[in-house]
Amino acid sequence: MKRLVRWLTVLALSGLAGALLLAIAGLPPAPVRLAGEVAGNLAASGVSHPVTAVLLNFRGYDTFLEVAVLIIALLGMLAAGLPPPPPTGSRNAMLPTLARLAVPLMVLAATYLLWAGAFRPGGAFQAAAVLAAAAVLLHLAEIQAPWPQHARGPRLAIAGGFLLFLAIAAALLVNGGLLRYPPEQAGLLIVLIESGLTVSLAVNLAAFFLLRSSSENGQILRSTAKMGEKP
Amino acid sequence: MNLAFDLLLATALLWSAWRTLATPQIGRAVILFIVFGLLLTLAWARLDAPDIALAEAAIGAGLTGALLLDAVAALRARRPDTDGDET
Repeated sequence: MKRLVRWLTVLALSGLAGALLLAIAGLPPAPVRLAGEVAGNLAASGVSHPVTAVLLNFRGYDTFLEVAVLIIALLGMLAAGLPPPPPTGSRNAMLPTLARLAVPLMVLAATYLLWAGAFRPGGAFQAAAVLAAAAVLLHLAEIQAPWPQHARGPRLAIAGGFLLFLAIAAALLVNGGLLRYPPEQAGLLIVLIESGLTVSLAVNLAAFFLLRSSSENGQILRSTAKMGEKP
Repeated sequence: MNLAFDLLLATALLWSAWRTLATPQIGRAVILFIVFGLLLTLAWARLDAPDIALAEAAIGAGLTGALLLDAVAALRARRPDTDGDET
C-alpha cells in the first residue's frame, strides 16, 4: 500500500514537472530585453558592475526589503526564545590555531568583496556572509563567547546599517522617488549603503549563532565539561 | 572536455540532491546538503554567473550548512539516545 502511494506520488509529480516544462517552453519571448536596458543605463547608476547596479540602484527597493526580512527573521528567533547552545565539540589545538590564521584573511577578503562590488562580482551580501562565517569560526573555536541575549552592541549594529539605508531612501524622497539616486552622487551613496549593510548583515547572520541567552551559558560549559570526562 | 565536465556536474548535482532527501540519517543529510551547495556553486560558475556563485558558496553552502549542523547538534543534545549516525 505504502509502495503504491509512493509510485502514485512519483507519477503525479512527474506529470506536474512535465506540464511545467511544457508551459515554460510555450512562454512567449520577453517583451523587454532587461540586459540591454541595464547596459544602456549603467553609466547613470554610479557603479560599473551590472549586478550591483541592479541590486543597489535599479531595484534598490527589493534589496531594502530583503535586509528587512533578515532582521524580521532574527526578531522572530528572539521572540520565540533561544535554544540552549549545543556543546561545541572537542577542544583540540588545531581549531583555535586555524581560526587565528584564517579570520584575519577572512576579514581582508570581506573588505575586498565589499570594495570589488562596484566593478566586479562581489558586494555587501557576500562580504557580510564571509564576515559572519569568520565570527562563527571564532565561536566554534571557543575564542568568541556567545553574545548575551540583551547585548546592545549587536542590536545597534544590525539596526544601524538598515536605518542608514532607510534614512538615505527617505532623504531621496524629496527628489520624487524612493531610492532614485542623483547620478553624480550615486556611486558614493551606493558605497555608503553597502558598507552599512555589510556590518548590519554580518552581525545579523552571525547573531543566528552567537546571540544566546546568558543564563543558559552555564549549561553549555557544564555539558562540554561532562563530555570531556567521557573516556 | 567541457561537455563531459558539465554532464558530470549535472549528474553529481542530481545525485547529491537525491541522496540529501533520501538518506535516513539527518547528520549525513546535512553534509550532503553542503556538498550539493558546493556543486551548485560550480554549476553557477560554469554558467558565467560569478555573483550567484559567490552568494551560493558563502550563504547557501557555508552559512546555511553551519546553521543546519548547529540545529542537528541541538537536536542531538536534546535527545542523545535517538542519534541516527551509528546505525
